[in-house]
Amino acid sequence: MEQRTQEFLAYVQAGGQAEATDWLPDEYRQRLIKFVEMHANSELMGVLPEREWILKAPTLQRKLALTAKVQDEVGHAQLIYRVAEDLGKPRERMFDDLVSGKAKFHNVFHYPTYTWGDVGVIAWLVDAAAIISQKALLKCSYAPYARIMRKICWEESFHILHGRDVILALMTGTDVQRQLVQEAVTRWWPPLMQFHGNPIRREDDPMWIWRIKSQGNEEARQQFLDGYVPQIWELGLTVPDPKLRRRDDGVWEYTEPDWDELRSVVTGHGPRSQDRLAFRRRFLDQEQWVRDTVLAA
Amino acid sequence: MTVYEVFRRERKGQPFEHAGSIEAPDAAFADTWAREQYGRRGESDALWLVPRESIHEITEWADEFDLKYRRVDGYSIKARLAEARERASVQGRGA
Repeated sequence: MEQRTQEFLAYVQAGGQAEATDWLPDEYRQRLIKFVEMHANSELMGVLPEREWILKAPTLQRKLALTAKVQDEVGHAQLIYRVAEDLGKPRERMFDDLVSGKAKFHNVFHYPTYTWGDVGVIAWLVDAAAIISQKALLKCSYAPYARIMRKICWEESFHILHGRDVILALMTGTDVQRQLVQEAVTRWWPPLMQFHGNPIRREDDPMWIWRIKSQGNEEARQQFLDGYVPQIWELGLTVPDPKLRRRDDGVWEYTEPDWDELRSVVTGHGPRSQDRLAFRRRFLDQEQWVRDTVLAA
Repeated sequence: MTVYEVFRRERKGQPFEHAGSIEAPDAAFADTWAREQYGRRGESDALWLVPRESIHEITEWADEFDLKYRRVDGYSIKARLAEARERASVQGRGA
């Protein structure tokens, strides 16, 4: 390893942060772009399952809240794409790689939504899992990314309350409504357990080595379980995992998530992967004239 | 296209803080873009948009001399103070 790369590595491992105009090792820049790009893609694709429900929201207030949330998430995508773009990958190429299936986005956004219960569970638990990862990015070694995460986490705090409110409205409603939530929790549990990735030791995870992430995958999952399983249980909901339990030492035990499913889903073989990419492709084509006009100015 | 660094202020009287950057073909577009991304929720009281190339940055500092005598960390009184106290207690207080 080149001397200044070694120095940079030692610097970030000691908690140091780099700025956009600093020299960055090639490997760091490439890994960072890949990570940031996937995050941006996930924000952009992540609005699609919820967008489907704007027209079907049960009340005007829910429709407005959901619209605001979708607007926020697209805004997050814009902020994050900007970070990746500044690191050297043109935005148009990121869009091309997204719609051609070359670049990835998070597993949870490849699944269908069947009922308003799914919308509640996405806003509550999927967002909760995402916030755990995003909060860990507040300490990212790349400072411009860490700084925009402050704004993003601030907005996410409203999203998660909105999600809890949707869930609580259903849980204090009729038996049919409670059943919608239970069915959605049952459907979303496996993808939620896969969300933070395989339990690779953080010392072996390049994202941790370069301090792009400040925690390991399993740490994030444990944090999610610790924060949210009690919340699920207290509402009288059941988690579809007979092995799930909190040991006396505070560590959660669970059935091994299906890592093959995770790999298959994030490589474009999820139940809604292709539909959602086709949708995104259609809108990129449809709005090409806007980008052409702006760039020609 | 120009890269603008965006600085935002939460409340009057507070310092502007770097928030992020945007890329825009002109100042009017940058204005709209920045309002949308950094002020849409009323989270900012003011924004500064500065073309990145207009920022004069200083990061290299001459350090040829040891100028610690001008700073708090140039004075380590702990050991000396202990020694002085020890001495005073052996000799008894005052004369």
